[in-house]
Amino acid sequence: MAGVVDRIPDKAGIQHQIMLPWSKAFQMTRENIFVRFGRSVITASGIFLGTAFMSAVFFGGAAAAVKANLDLRQGITPQAAEMQARTIWLVTMSLVVATVGIVNSMLMSVTERYKEIGTMKCLGALDRFIVRLFILEALLLGVLGSVGGAVIGTAAMTIMWIGRIGAKNTLVAWVTPAVQLGGKPIQLWVCVVIGVLIGGILSALAALYPAWRAAKMPPAAALRSEF
Amino acid sequence: MTASTGEATGGSVYEYIVRTKDLAKYYVMGGQEVRALDHVALDIRRGEYVSIMGPSGSGKSTLFNMIGGLDKPTKGTVFIDEVDMAQLSATELAWLRCRKIGYIFQTFNLIPVMTAIENVTLPMVFAGLSTDEALDKGAELLKVVGLGDRRDHKPTELSGGQQQRVAIARALANDPAIILADEPTGNLDLRTGKEIIALLKRMNEEKNVTIISATHDLKMIDVSDRVVWIRDGKIERIEERADIEVNVGVMEGEES
Ligand SMILES: Nc1ncnc2c1ncn2[C@@H]1O[C@H](COP(=O)(O)OP(=O)(O)O)[C@@H](O)[C@H]1O
Ligand SMILES: [Mg+2]
Repeated sequence: MAGVVDRIPDKAGIQHQIMLPWSKAFQMTRENIFVRFGRSVITASGIFLGTAFMSAVFFGGAAAAVKANLDLRQGITPQAAEMQARTIWLVTMSLVVATVGIVNSMLMSVTERYKEIGTMKCLGALDRFIVRLFILEALLLGVLGSVGGAVIGTAAMTIMWIGRIGAKNTLVAWVTPAVQLGGKPIQLWVCVVIGVLIGGILSALAALYPAWRAAKMPPAAALRSEF
Repeated sequence: MTASTGEATGGSVYEYIVRTKDLAKYYVMGGQEVRALDHVALDIRRGEYVSIMGPSGSGKSTLFNMIGGLDKPTKGTVFIDEVDMAQLSATELAWLRCRKIGYIFQTFNLIPVMTAIENVTLPMVFAGLSTDEALDKGAELLKVVGLGDRRDHKPTELSGGQQQRVAIARALANDPAIILADEPTGNLDLRTGKEIIALLKRMNEEKNVTIISATHDLKMIDVSDRVVWIRDGKIERIEERADIEVNVGVMEGEES
């Protein structure tokens, strides 16, 4: 049996002697999401609902613009500026609500795994491995949730607007500006894609703080927690 | 058991693998200071099987945490192979936990979403083994602990004794020099507890791994080279193998 610490490698060497390859981290995350399916659904549902609502609002904005254009030929003036303000306000609110939801469920998700975190640190995990695992999980759930939300939100609106303005005009809505940002019109499909990305990023950000705090705990404290 | 088995790769080998010097841990609870450990001086030889015995609340787990680098002492020093643990960086501590110390807990602490083999290979992943190497070694270790046919079972599909065997295999993953156990038989019935103790002893003898086990299970005395009795955070007495043999009958009588 060798000496124990007389051969701790130097600073550069040690970085290559403790690792968590991304492929393995990804596999662990995937398993975690499936095994804790209930928890995953709760985490993803906040962002799902937020994105569904946001896409619906964007869709409504774009479709209303299409309709206004059609009506204009019949001589009706749209209240564009007011619509704009309403859309932006609704989207902001839905983002805030979704963010509060994810922060809350990420906090719970991390807290119920303190013991696991402590155990992993006993097995040699560095703090950043722990953070990496949670960020990956949140990112995946965030993207899944927001893609799902965008699909459902736009699908529901599609069905609704086909009845009002017909299938062809509803398709036209996708390339119609849904909002103006700084005077620059932004087409519906761009808004939805940005919404999906924001959903993923927000949820990863929401995991960052609780995961970092849990990773920093001394293993003894993390192990003591009972859940 | 003071195996001074040197190694070809060099590096000095010290007689004492763990030493604590005037070790103390105080907790403050609601303005009250709890001296969980105080003035603990303990030298543990390489290859020894040491039991830390004491009633509940005597400071066993606290000592386990200090020796294992899982928490920082209030005062005093823990030396592992004559290196002061307080001097190690976070990364160096992780390296130590990963490769040199194996941990075993009363509540097994397997990762619940992972199968037996995934649990056993996780420390190997951290140590940089390739997937194939890790799987081979993990399967081998599961065989050693008698669970060769349970590799794809999740912890919930295993009995307490089986979970503890997986935990022992996992503790052995990176060929540690020390196995630290905190009440390893605390959640097991009498017979299963005996089996786990026998397994630990076998690993101690076959792999020459130093075993330090906090326990209040008197069955553990049989296999110990030394028993350290602690009470109220202080070492009360240390019994060597020779003294133990005389007393063992009496102790076991106490248990029932
Ligand atoms: N995190 C903590 N905070 C406050 N007091 C603690 C903490 N951990 C342990 N103690 C106290 O320290 C003493 C020793 O505890 P412990 O080491 O867990 O004993 P044992 O493992 O022998 O049962 C007990 O009085 C316990 O209440
Ligand atoms: Mg204890």
